Amino acid sequence: MDFLRPTTWEEALAAKADQPEAVPIQGGTDVMVEINFDVRRPVALLDLNQVRELHDVELVDGVQRVGAGVPYVRVIEELGGALPGLAQASRTVGSPQIRNRASVGGNLGAASPAGDSHPPLLAGDAVIEVESRDRGVRLIPAADFYLGVKRSALEPDELIRAFRMKPAEGPQYFSKVGTRNAMVIAVCSFAVALHPSERRVGTGIGSAAPTPRRALEAEAFMAAELDWDARLDPAVLKRFGELCAQAASPIDDVRGTADYRRHALAVMARRTLTWAWNDYRKARAA
Amino acid sequence: MRVNFTVNGRSEAVDDVWEGESLLYVLRERVGLPGSKNACEQGECGSCTVYLDGTPVCSCLVAAGQVEGREVRTVEGLADGERLDPVQEAFVEAGAVQCGFCTPGLIVQAHDLIQRNEHPSDVEIREALAGNLCRCTGYEKILDAVRLAATRKAALK
Repeated sequence: MDFLRPTTWEEALAAKADQPEAVPIQGGTDVMVEINFDVRRPVALLDLNQVRELHDVELVDGVQRVGAGVPYVRVIEELGGALPGLAQASRTVGSPQIRNRASVGGNLGAASPAGDSHPPLLAGDAVIEVESRDRGVRLIPAADFYLGVKRSALEPDELIRAFRMKPAEGPQYFSKVGTRNAMVIAVCSFAVALHPSERRVGTGIGSAAPTPRRALEAEAFMAAELDWDARLDPAVLKRFGELCAQAASPIDDVRGTADYRRHALAVMARRTLTWAWNDYRKARAA
Repeated sequence: MRVNFTVNGRSEAVDDVWEGESLLYVLRERVGLPGSKNACEQGECGSCTVYLDGTPVCSCLVAAGQVEGREVRTVEGLADGERLDPVQEAFVEAGAVQCGFCTPGLIVQAHDLIQRNEHPSDVEIREALAGNLCRCTGYEKILDAVRLAATRKAALK
């Protein structure tokens, strides 16, 4: 096995271009589990720890650009105001030790349907910035990034540089079902983001389909039916929950049944929207 | 490959490291520091917790090559010679050690908590230790030990 240790982004892109089968490793919280359990024997590991650019958090033209290697602990500490949904999801990742190492970039690279960061990225219209030495930068909307179970739009010679997301202009919430509050892979999860200036509700579903996905019909329903100047209509709220549950295509597995996941999604969708709506009304009244 | 790093203040140059090897394996099998324990190898149990450049991590999930030029501090590096760290003392006195397997990881993690937060609430202690599993104690004595260690450390100031 080769162990590649680039120190700059250019070196990292060159290494990936020359050896596309090299597996990038940042926090190691996914990759090392697979190696420890002999599930995977990569021909090369591409260590990104020394690539400083991947740890940048910056505001570019009003958009938050977060390096792929920024660990969850920093998302929680530094981005709770700008990206509250993602920060909430980050708090539920693993344990403190895991959050010190694991990153959104790693979650994207692994592209597991159960990854905690995906639903808020979807609800908040995140764009994934990937790059290769030979073809330059590509900007991929999160909704187009996930292609299948642990499969993404990332090409073999590309690396994930950052994700871009507009700072929240309305309340955002994340909810996740699991057997305890820590160290839990989601049975299913849900994120909601209000976009008041567009009169739009963003959604993200986790761990209830082959990929993370938006509940598009639910979003269209809300765009048509939600009265932004009134209290939340219980009938609209109920329908929103139903449509979110319908958007999933869950399976029965050791963590839960498909029926349970659908039920829980409807509950989480109603709950998170209610929390967000209450915050929105309170902020407007103030 | 060779990996050069500092562990508990001592420089180490370790040869013949396999590229897929974990930091935990290097510590236990190549550097002679078996304090960090190998249990789950997937970051679930926290028994292998060490400081990496001052941040607690699961050493089973750090590739050995990733620590090149960096600083590691293990449970063996907390005591000052024969004198135990207040966290270690508190674990002994509070009866927070039973079989002892989870203890090194818990001590490193608790050490970090108290360093960052002099007066942690019970909720903060539970949150900080959420990634460290103990199958003997039921955690009550561990919580006692962390409270005791925090009180003592604050009194030392």
